[in-house]
Amino acid sequence: MNYAERLENVTVLGAAGKMGRGIVLLAAMEMADLSLEPGHESLTFSLQAVDISQKALSGLLTYLRSQVQRAAEQKAAWLRKAYEKREDLIENRDMINQYIEDVLAIVRPATEIETSYRSTLVFEAIHENLDLKVNLLSRIISHNVRDAWFFSNTSSIPISELNGKANLDGRLIGFHFYNPPAVQKLVELISAESTLPELADFARQFAKKLRKTVVPSHDVAGFIGNGHFMRDALYAVAEVERLTKDFGLVDAIYMVNKVSQDFLIRPMGIFQLIDYVGLDVCQCILGVMNERLPGGRLRSSLLDKLISLGIAGGQYADGSQKDGFLKYEKGRPNGVFDPEKQAYSSFSEVAGRADKALGSLPGQAKPWKTVIQLPDRANFLQGYFRELGAMKTLGADLAIRYGRKSKEIGLGLVNEKVAEREEDVNTVLLTGFYHAYGPINNYFNGGVRS
Amino acid sequence: MKKNRRKVFMTAGYNTVSLGTGRKEFNPKKLRPGLEEYIREAGQGTLQQIGGGENVDEGVISNFMAARFNKQGNLAALIPYVDDNLKWKPCCRVEGACGSGGLGLSVGMKSVLAETADVVLVIGVEVQNTVKAIYGADILAGAGWFRGERKKGHVYFFPAAFSDRAGAYFEKYGREKTRRAFARWYRNAIENARLCETAQEFHNTVENLEALALTEPNPRTFVDHLNVFDCSKVSDAGSAIAIVSEKGLKRIGVPKSEAVEVVGWGQAEADLTIPPEDPTQLETTARAVKKALECAGIPLQELGTVECHDCFTISGLLSIEAIGLAGKGEGADFISAGKTSRQGFLPMNTSGGLIGWGHPTGGTGVRQAVTIWQQLTGKAGNWQISISPNRPYALSVNMGGNDKTVTAIVYRRAE
Repeated sequence: MNYAERLENVTVLGAAGKMGRGIVLLAAMEMADLSLEPGHESLTFSLQAVDISQKALSGLLTYLRSQVQRAAEQKAAWLRKAYEKREDLIENRDMINQYIEDVLAIVRPATEIETSYRSTLVFEAIHENLDLKVNLLSRIISHNVRDAWFFSNTSSIPISELNGKANLDGRLIGFHFYNPPAVQKLVELISAESTLPELADFARQFAKKLRKTVVPSHDVAGFIGNGHFMRDALYAVAEVERLTKDFGLVDAIYMVNKVSQDFLIRPMGIFQLIDYVGLDVCQCILGVMNERLPGGRLRSSLLDKLISLGIAGGQYADGSQKDGFLKYEKGRPNGVFDPEKQAYSSFSEVAGRADKALGSLPGQAKPWKTVIQLPDRANFLQGYFRELGAMKTLGADLAIRYGRKSKEIGLGLVNEKVAEREEDVNTVLLTGFYHAYGPINNYFNGGVRS
Repeated sequence: MKKNRRKVFMTAGYNTVSLGTGRKEFNPKKLRPGLEEYIREAGQGTLQQIGGGENVDEGVISNFMAARFNKQGNLAALIPYVDDNLKWKPCCRVEGACGSGGLGLSVGMKSVLAETADVVLVIGVEVQNTVKAIYGADILAGAGWFRGERKKGHVYFFPAAFSDRAGAYFEKYGREKTRRAFARWYRNAIENARLCETAQEFHNTVENLEALALTEPNPRTFVDHLNVFDCSKVSDAGSAIAIVSEKGLKRIGVPKSEAVEVVGWGQAEADLTIPPEDPTQLETTARAVKKALECAGIPLQELGTVECHDCFTISGLLSIEAIGLAGKGEGADFISAGKTSRQGFLPMNTSGGLIGWGHPTGGTGVRQAVTIWQQLTGKAGNWQISISPNRPYALSVNMGGNDKTVTAIVYRRAE
């Protein structure tokens, strides 16, 4: 079975979820592209988009239509060549519309798992729940008649464990997209010892065709991405608890969020990121990691408490942000949750005193969005962090401590053989989390801090 | 062309802002003025200077593709929308792609020459930001031969057509000097536009314009031989001007000193289905300009300013050679020597041209006439140049499609 034949019949499980729909989009476009290549006329491509929610599946098609249109507009030059022989397609619009139809014609929304029994490739993007994954994958492998290979989008569960429990016999690889898959460049590729080498080759080829940056991760719970993010988040919570004594919980959350975003020049503050991923998803990932990694310290009582109060973050069906640690208006945070009052305190109440306690940003400070576009970014960051290191403010102190911790976490991932190289850790944070710099750097060395 | 059988004047020009990327007030996600608003603003801008619609005998509206950009046809019937007093007057709509404006002016002039009208209101308009550039390219490709050219054409049909001309010119006369001339042309365009508050590039603050314009073309994302700075932008704008006889001037109460006289004009049409014989030349432009100068009976040396059709830097350059200001292959040197800048020997496109002021396709020809009227009558404000009494003439060249529909007009301040 060659590359194109392997992609002839694909199933995506969890197709209407926020990761699943992105995977459906990318896979269906790749399949449509293959169908337009010479020599593939005899192949019939189909993608079974399987989800339990019929309602969410109807939203999937609306999502796909708008996303394929956007992608088609960007690849219109390629489409003009691909549809060269179609005399009826003349204008850009004709070809873009045809491409949307071609991609959507490949996608077959379904709620029955049985549709995957004829698939050659099964992509799993369901909840981070081991039993559920094992249940579905073992059902499919026992009924599948096409020698299927399996991709898992798990962000935490070891592939060898999944492979063993679902009896996949090396036919599984971890292919972890970042959210949203259509935008984020990174794919973490996780081979278990048992993973078939030809499956790994196929996965690399598929990632390359999707123009993704591939970072290999060892098969350790949480892999590189969550290995860093979860510990980074737990550090932030620990800092909040430390600061709570002096400033109260609400101010402390605001301060650590601000330090992690503005002082450290990240795309969003750490609590905004937790909200974006979903508190419940974070809790689930922490649970998976905690059970499998030594030390047993990967948990947060604050996170558990908020979840017990029904605060979960994540997104609404239309993609807008749900409230979590922070409250959102038009996608921007503007309040902090106060568990005692069980209500949000607005930033305007908190900001005055908390910003004063932190002190000002370095004079050179620029927003993350500006920094990532700077041609001499490394130079700028060197100067910026030098200035930050020389400042004697609480904000600078917190930022330097945070930066160092982030580096320590990154180095830990290399030492514990989760990542092969320091560079891999940095690539994950740069391309999966869109950071302006990798955590393993020399920006936070100078100055003695208590 | 025969000489004009009686005097024809233009006066009371008006340009709206050219709206599109680059203007601070432009936000693609917000509701913007539509076709009707541009027509009304431009039309009223002229009518207010000539005593209102009751003084107008006829209306002409120039537009390229409202039927596709705005799903609107029958534009002649939007002329009475400008002013109640225009109702029941004869009106028509004229189309010749990006040369529509020039054609509209010639239709207006013909009515005055035929003595069927003494005052003609000519409006030029295009509202193009209604679609994304990728679909706008389809619509604009209608200026080429759809059945014969579109299928094998580029995503960006017209940029590619002029990129091919640029490529041919590079090969024949040298790439480096030509790209440097393009960069100088871009700088002149933006520097002029920064002085003219209706210009689309009025808010441009880039420091090193030539360095920016020297960005290497990227065939993977755009076309082979041009970058985006070599291209005019997508613009929404309206322009209007009154074409009048001597009798008409008296009726509208405008003194001759506030009018320009059309001393000669020429129009030439090429076959849409035949590609240019020599891509390094604008033959139709050359023929239209020759007719206009002959009609005016003046030598080139007496031109004090020129508005050429620089939809792309290469078309600006090729216009210079087609007009006869520089020999073949010497247009680049002419530009690089600064001769076309506002301080130069022959200031061209003094409010920015199509690249700097903007290019509301079907309206551009009218905009050019307004620019020249402003310049020759001392109404150009910050972007005024001095017109020497020894070289009192101005020339506008408006081109439709790939050098297919061209109108050239020679003007001087009326006396």
